[in-house]
Amino acid sequence: MTDVIVQQPVQTKPPRPWWLRPAWHTALIGAAAGYAFGHWLGDLISSGYQQNATADFDSLPIDLGYAFLVIGWLIGLGVFNDLIRQMLGKPVNGNGGHVVNGGLAKYFRYSLDHKTVGIQYLVGMLVYFFTGGLFAIAIRTELLSPTYHVLSPTAYLEVVGEHGTMMMMMMTSVIVGPFGNYLVPLMIGSKRVAFPRLEALSFWLTPCSYVILLSAILFGGFPTGWTGYAPLSIQAGGGMDAYAFAFGLMGISIILAGFNMVCTIICYRAPGMRWGRIPMFVWAMLTTGFLLVLAAPVLVGGMYMIITDRTAQTAFFVNQLGGSSYLYEDLFWFFGHPEVYILALPGFGIVSEIIPVFTRKPLFGYKVGAAGMFGVAILSFFVWQHHLFDSGMDPDMRPLFMLTTELISIPTGFIYLVAMGTFWQAKLRLTTPMLFAMGMYVNFLFGGISGVFLSDVPADTTAPGSFFVMAHFHYTIMGGLIFAFFGGVYYWLPKLMGITLNERLGKINFWTMFITFNSTFMPLFAVGMMGQPRRVFEYARNLETLNDWVSISAFCLGASLLIFIFNFVMSTVVWRHRAPANPWQARGLEWQVSSPPPPDNFAVVPVVLAGPYEYGDPTALPVADLNPPAGVIGGALASASGSPASGVES
Amino acid sequence: MAADASATPDTGPGGRRDGVWLAALWVILSVVGCALVYFVWGPHLPPGNQSSSAASQQFDYKVLGTIATPVVIGVLLYFGWALAFWRQQPGDETDAAPIHGNTKIAATWITVTGAIVLGLAVFGTYELISPAGAGAGEGPQPIWKPAGTVTTSSASWAPGGKNILQVQVIGQQWAWTFRYPQFGGFETTQLELPLNEPVQFNVTSLDVIHSFWAYQLGVKADANPGVNNVAYTTPTHLGTITVRCAELCGIWHGAMFDYGKVVSDSAFMTWAQQTETQLASVTKILPPYALTYDPTVLANVGKVNEELGLTSAGGGYYNPADPEQP
Repeated sequence: MTDVIVQQPVQTKPPRPWWLRPAWHTALIGAAAGYAFGHWLGDLISSGYQQNATADFDSLPIDLGYAFLVIGWLIGLGVFNDLIRQMLGKPVNGNGGHVVNGGLAKYFRYSLDHKTVGIQYLVGMLVYFFTGGLFAIAIRTELLSPTYHVLSPTAYLEVVGEHGTMMMMMMTSVIVGPFGNYLVPLMIGSKRVAFPRLEALSFWLTPCSYVILLSAILFGGFPTGWTGYAPLSIQAGGGMDAYAFAFGLMGISIILAGFNMVCTIICYRAPGMRWGRIPMFVWAMLTTGFLLVLAAPVLVGGMYMIITDRTAQTAFFVNQLGGSSYLYEDLFWFFGHPEVYILALPGFGIVSEIIPVFTRKPLFGYKVGAAGMFGVAILSFFVWQHHLFDSGMDPDMRPLFMLTTELISIPTGFIYLVAMGTFWQAKLRLTTPMLFAMGMYVNFLFGGISGVFLSDVPADTTAPGSFFVMAHFHYTIMGGLIFAFFGGVYYWLPKLMGITLNERLGKINFWTMFITFNSTFMPLFAVGMMGQPRRVFEYARNLETLNDWVSISAFCLGASLLIFIFNFVMSTVVWRHRAPANPWQARGLEWQVSSPPPPDNFAVVPVVLAGPYEYGDPTALPVADLNPPAGVIGGALASASGSPASGVES
Repeated sequence: MAADASATPDTGPGGRRDGVWLAALWVILSVVGCALVYFVWGPHLPPGNQSSSAASQQFDYKVLGTIATPVVIGVLLYFGWALAFWRQQPGDETDAAPIHGNTKIAATWITVTGAIVLGLAVFGTYELISPAGAGAGEGPQPIWKPAGTVTTSSASWAPGGKNILQVQVIGQQWAWTFRYPQFGGFETTQLELPLNEPVQFNVTSLDVIHSFWAYQLGVKADANPGVNNVAYTTPTHLGTITVRCAELCGIWHGAMFDYGKVVSDSAFMTWAQQTETQLASVTKILPPYALTYDPTVLANVGKVNEELGLTSAGGGYYNPADPEQP
C-alpha cells in the first residue's frame, strides 16, 4: 500500500499490450461480450417457447446473459490462464503469489496474495455497504408520510428489495472477506492461506453479484424483498432473475471463502499454535466457515430452482402444478437462519479480540467463549422454522422450534459472560475500537432480548412481519455486526494499511453512530408492536410522529457514516499517519510483525509459545518466537512449508 | 456474575467492594424495573385485550418483559459501572490483574441461563396450547382447538351453540375478502364478528402468499395458495379491528388493509342474514364454498370482483390502475 516503487517482474517475453494484460478492464470487456452472447443464445433457444407470445418479458435470455457475463468476466480477469497453462503442461506464469510491488495496480488484478485480497474485500465491502445504506435512506424518506409521496409503490418495493438483499447477501462476507482473509494467516502464523485461487475467486465474484443485483433496477426491480418467497418470485418480472442469479452467485462466493477459511485454520497453523491458543477471532472464522460451507449450498439450490421455475417451468414452488411454496420457505430459511449467525459470529470474534487488549486483562473463560461460538453455530441449523410459526406448516413442531431457538440464548450468553468477566476490575482504555466493541455488546443485548420475544410462539404471533422483527434484526446485524466491523476497521487498519485512522474523528463517529442508531431502531420496536407491517408504504396516521422521528434519526445515522467515510478517506489518502508495528500494545501474533506485514508475513514460520491474551501475567512467555533456531522442530517445519507444491509463492 | 462476585470480598483498586455494590444496585433496580414493567407498562402492551388470544399475548409480553428487565439492567449496569470506575488512570501503563476464568461463576451462569431458558420454553408451550394455538395459523389440521366447541359443521350457526363460527379469509393481490359458509357462503369485503363467540378463521389465498393479521384480535395466519390455514380466537370486547397483510405480496402490499368490527350477537345475526340476502345474486356465480380455490379454474372471478366493487371499470382480476401487473 505504502510501497509505491513499481518494479516489473522478471519476464522472459516482452509484456503484452495493456489491453491484453488481465485486469479489471479486460474483465469488463469479457463481461459485456459474455452478456451479449448469453442474451443472444437465450433468445435463440426460447424463441420457440409458447408462453413468450403472451408474456412481456422472457427470463431465459436474461439468466443466460448473466451466466455468460460471469464467465466472460472471469476469463477477462485471467482466472483460467494458469489452469489452461497447467493443463497444457506449460510453466505457470504466476500472476499472483505474494505480490511485493505493483502499487495500486495489483488491487485491480486477480491477485492470489491473501493480503491483497483482504484489502480488495475491505474496499468492496465498504462500497456494497454504503450502496445498501443509500437505499435505506430512500426507504426512510418514503416513510416520512403515511401515504406514498416520494416513491411510487413500484419504486418503493425496488428500493426495499435492493436494500435488504444488498445488506443480507453482500454483508455475509463483510468480516470473513477483509479481516478473515487478511488476518487469519497472520494470526495462526502462516505465510499463506490454503487455497489462494478459491480466495481470489470468492472476491472477484462479489463485484459481479453486486452489479447483477443492481441491474434488477433496469428490469423494474423485484417485488419480493430479500426473502424472494415463491410464488410471488415466479410471477415477478425480469428483476427477479437478477435477484436469484446474484444471490446464488454470492452463495458460491461464500462457499469458496468458507472452504478456504476452514482448511487454512485447520491445516496451516504454526507449530505451537494449539487449539487452546488460537485467537477468538480465528474461532469465529472457523465456525463461520463451517456455516458458510454447510448452509450456503442450500441457498444456491433454492436460487437455482427459482431460475429453472422461471425459465423452464419446472414448478418446484407452484402449488397448482404439484410444487410447494413451503418448499421454498424451508430451503430459504434453512440457509437464512444459519446466515444470521454467519453475520453474528464474526462480530463476536472481533469484539472478543478487542476487549482483552483494551481492558489489559486476559480473556475471561477462553474455552467458554469458543464453546459459545460452536454452540451457536450448531444450534443455528435447528431453528429455521421459527420464521414460519404462522405459515400453516405442521404445528406439532412449534414447541420444539421454540425450545431450540431459546436454547441459542445459552451459548450467546457465554459471549456475554466472557465479556463481563474480562471487564471485571479492568483498566479500560477507551479507544475507538473499544468504544465500538462496547457499543456492540449493548446493541446486541437489545437484539438478543427481542429475539427471545420472537422465539415465543404466542408473543411471536404479533411480532413477525412487523417492524418489531425488523428492529430486532437491525439490532443484531447493524448494531452487532456492523459496529464490530467498524471496531475492527479502527483496530486493524494500522496493521492492514500501515496507517492510523484519526482517533478524535473516530470517537465522534462512534458516539454519533451509537446515539443515532439507537434513536433510529429503538422506536421501531414500538412501531411494530403498534401494528405497522414491514415493507409497506402506507401506515396508520397515528404512527406518523414515531415514523418521522425514526426517519430523521436515520438521516443523522447516515451523516454519522459520512464522518467515517471522511475519516477513512482523509486518513488513508491525505494525512497518512504511519502506524507503528504495535500501536495498541497487543499480544496477538499479527501485531508482532511490521505494519503493514512483510510480503511473506514471517521470515520463517514462527514457533508459538503462549496464548494471545496473557495480559498482566508476569510469568507469561512472549506469544511467539519469530526467529526459532534452525534445529528446532518448528524451524524444520518452517523450511518445509516454505515451498508449497502449487507454486503460488513464486 | 455480579451476584456471584459479591461472595468473594474482591476489593477494587480504590478499596471499593465492586461486587457488593453491583449486586445491591442490581437487585434494587431490578425489583423496581420489574414492578414497573409488569404493573404499569404491562396493561398497555399490545395487542390489547380485544380477544382471548390478544389478551394471552399481552400476558406473554408482560411476563417476558418482566424476565428480560433484570437481564438488561444487569448488563447495562455492569458496563456502566466499568465505564465509571474501571478506567485506566492517567499515566498508568500497567496491565490489570490476570484472571483467566472462574469455573464456579461460569457454572452458575450456565445453570441460571439454562434454567431461565427452559422455564421460558415450558411457559411458551403452555401459552401456545392453552389459548388454542395463541391465534397463530395452525395449518389445515389444527391440533389446538378452543375448549367447549365440538362440531365444525359449515351448515349453520347460532349464537351460544356448540358449533364454531367459521369465517373464511381469502387473500388476493391486493385485497381481503371474507366468506361466511354458515350463512350461504356469501363473500364480502367486510369482516364482522360476534362478541364472546369462538371464531375459526380458514385462511387461504388465490395467488401468492399473504398473511392475515387481525391486529387487535392477536391473530396472524399466512394465506397460502391451495392451503387452508386455520386460526382460532374469541373476541371479548366490542370495537374495530384492523386487518393488514403482513407478508410482502407485491406492488400494493402496503395498501392491503381493511377494517372489521366486533359487534353483539344480535347485531351480527342481523348483519349476516341481511348480507346473505343482499348478496344472493353474487353468491350464485361464486364458485361453491371450498377450503381452497384454484384460481386457474375460477372462470367468473373477474365478474365477481366487479360485482363486489373490487375493481374499477376494466373489470379485470387486477385493478387496472395498478402501475404494473405482475
